[in-house]
Amino acid sequence: MSDQRMTRLTDGVRDAPTDSTIAIVAPDLEVRPGSARAGRGRRRLSSTLLHVALIVAGAAMVFPFVWMLITSFKTLPQLLQDPLSFWPAPWTLDNYVEAWNAAPFAQAYFNSIYIAVLAVVGTLLTASMAGYAFARIKFRGSRVIFIVFLATQMIPKQVTLIPFYLLMAQFGWVDSHLSLIVPAMLVNPFAVFLMRQFVMSLPKELEEAAIVDGAGRWRIFWSVILPNLKPGLGALSIIVALDVWNSFLFPLVLLNTPDLFTVPLLLSSFRGQFGAINYGLVMAASAVATIPMLIAFIIGQRRILNSMAASGLGGR
Amino acid sequence: MTATTVDAGAAAAASPSAGRAPGGLRKESAWRRRDRSWGYIFIAPQVVGMAVFVLVPFIASMVLAFAEWNGLTELTWVGFENFTAQLQDELLLRSIVNTLLIAIITVPIGLGLAVVIAVALEKLKTRTLYLILFFAPVVTSTIAVAMIWQQMFRVDGVLSDTIAKIFGIAPPDWLGDPRLALLAVCIVTIWSALGLNVIIFLAGLQNISPSVIEAARIDGAGPLRLFWSIRMPLLSPIIFFSSIVAFISSLQTFDTVFILTADAGPDNATRTIVYHIYDLGFGRFEFGPASAASVILLLLTLVITGIQFGAQKRFVHYEDDAA
Repeated sequence: MSDQRMTRLTDGVRDAPTDSTIAIVAPDLEVRPGSARAGRGRRRLSSTLLHVALIVAGAAMVFPFVWMLITSFKTLPQLLQDPLSFWPAPWTLDNYVEAWNAAPFAQAYFNSIYIAVLAVVGTLLTASMAGYAFARIKFRGSRVIFIVFLATQMIPKQVTLIPFYLLMAQFGWVDSHLSLIVPAMLVNPFAVFLMRQFVMSLPKELEEAAIVDGAGRWRIFWSVILPNLKPGLGALSIIVALDVWNSFLFPLVLLNTPDLFTVPLLLSSFRGQFGAINYGLVMAASAVATIPMLIAFIIGQRRILNSMAASGLGGR
Repeated sequence: MTATTVDAGAAAAASPSAGRAPGGLRKESAWRRRDRSWGYIFIAPQVVGMAVFVLVPFIASMVLAFAEWNGLTELTWVGFENFTAQLQDELLLRSIVNTLLIAIITVPIGLGLAVVIAVALEKLKTRTLYLILFFAPVVTSTIAVAMIWQQMFRVDGVLSDTIAKIFGIAPPDWLGDPRLALLAVCIVTIWSALGLNVIIFLAGLQNISPSVIEAARIDGAGPLRLFWSIRMPLLSPIIFFSSIVAFISSLQTFDTVFILTADAGPDNATRTIVYHIYDLGFGRFEFGPASAASVILLLLTLVITGIQFGAQKRFVHYEDDAA
């Protein structure tokens, strides 16, 4: 039941930015100024107020990013004398040059990207396999094991922080990307749950024909189920990538060598070193760490928003 | 016999005589046996991962909570000593209070704002730009967010100065004043999570059938009435689910207090439970007490989620057809 709901929801959101069929006041927004009658005029006023309120809220969301950019282009003397001016005078790129030279950002981007890619590919495979099995294959204990999966979601990851670190030390994976990649590939109960929902929403007839033809489970999974899961896999890869990209606490305790750092971890090293005085430099470093992500988000906004909405509703 | 014909629809369809012919029956159960092992093979990677990377550390956490160990010396058993010591430790108590305060402040305000914004956005024809603005902090790493806000919150920073000019008071020292530091953490937490809840609620609102709204409107319901009597009840399961997610994640607050209020703020004013665990474990290498604090975090999470599920029955409206 909830699986049908979810697919409907994702479709709804996919249309959201452009399709206004559900937008209730939409007709009023199209009213030409001349044709406004009294009632419509009042609604037009309220829709103007709505826009004003939303613009104020939107400005509050975007201001910190704008302020980050403004600050990052200011010189140190200007920051010390007149930190609040809205215009850098003179503009300088020194902070960016210094930030880029002070820390291995290119290396950190490479690290973050390849860790995220491996984590995503691994999760897509293992979670869709498990999700398919839980949805469609009858085997003893499947219900119990699935419930255990759901239950472990209740354990905050931080509860296992210390034993996890000790375990990684046993494996020799401390200060190695393996401690971030392998667990991410193999443990994601939420992804299993989400993929199970997506498989359940597929018509059973899809695989029944293949079973009659004598195809094995692996072939059915690989050539019948997986291709039909593409929307779900797309959503899941965005969720996992964001999650892995932004994780901080585990990389913080597991990695020591700056050349192995992920982007957030490298950025955090600016705090202690330079934070107190030259915060133009810190803002330049923050910009280097955030602007590429924001551009990627704007390019893929429709898919990303859909996926995150689906994940937020998926657990229900 | 009935069992095989009933639940093996696919195999029965493959050979119509399967139910009768002994040969067919044997073939079918062989297929089902093989199929069962495929089930185990398919779940194996996630089950192994779960066992090694979650269940083993989880059990180890429970065990370590009753021991004293710094990773180098011999491990000694201390019974409940870690728990009694932790529960009398002013730092842990302060961490619990701070963590709960962050949750209690940020969850209702954050979700309330998100509902209002989602309802407003749903009325718009073009909302892509707004969605991008609200969602940008969600895709930004919490570390960058904390660094940006850290310099906005400086006593000579843009926020304090604006407040000082508007209200004619001395510029507040957000990150230096123990009372304001926690508030600063809450503001940043709300700001960064807002967009996620907005799009989830927006999706939920769009899922409400237009005919329901239309019917209520024909019955004479105004905008406020539509909101409280139609939209809110139909949205309540989603709000409930989001509130659990938000509550649990605010119990895990770490990144913000680590960066924004540099190592948990003036006089530990923003010390949270996870920061406490991190500090005990990796600042002082007291693995036993840190594990005891972890167990306390787990119990707190379970109790609060339990309370929320209890409250669900009173406040959450499920449609008749909902599972």
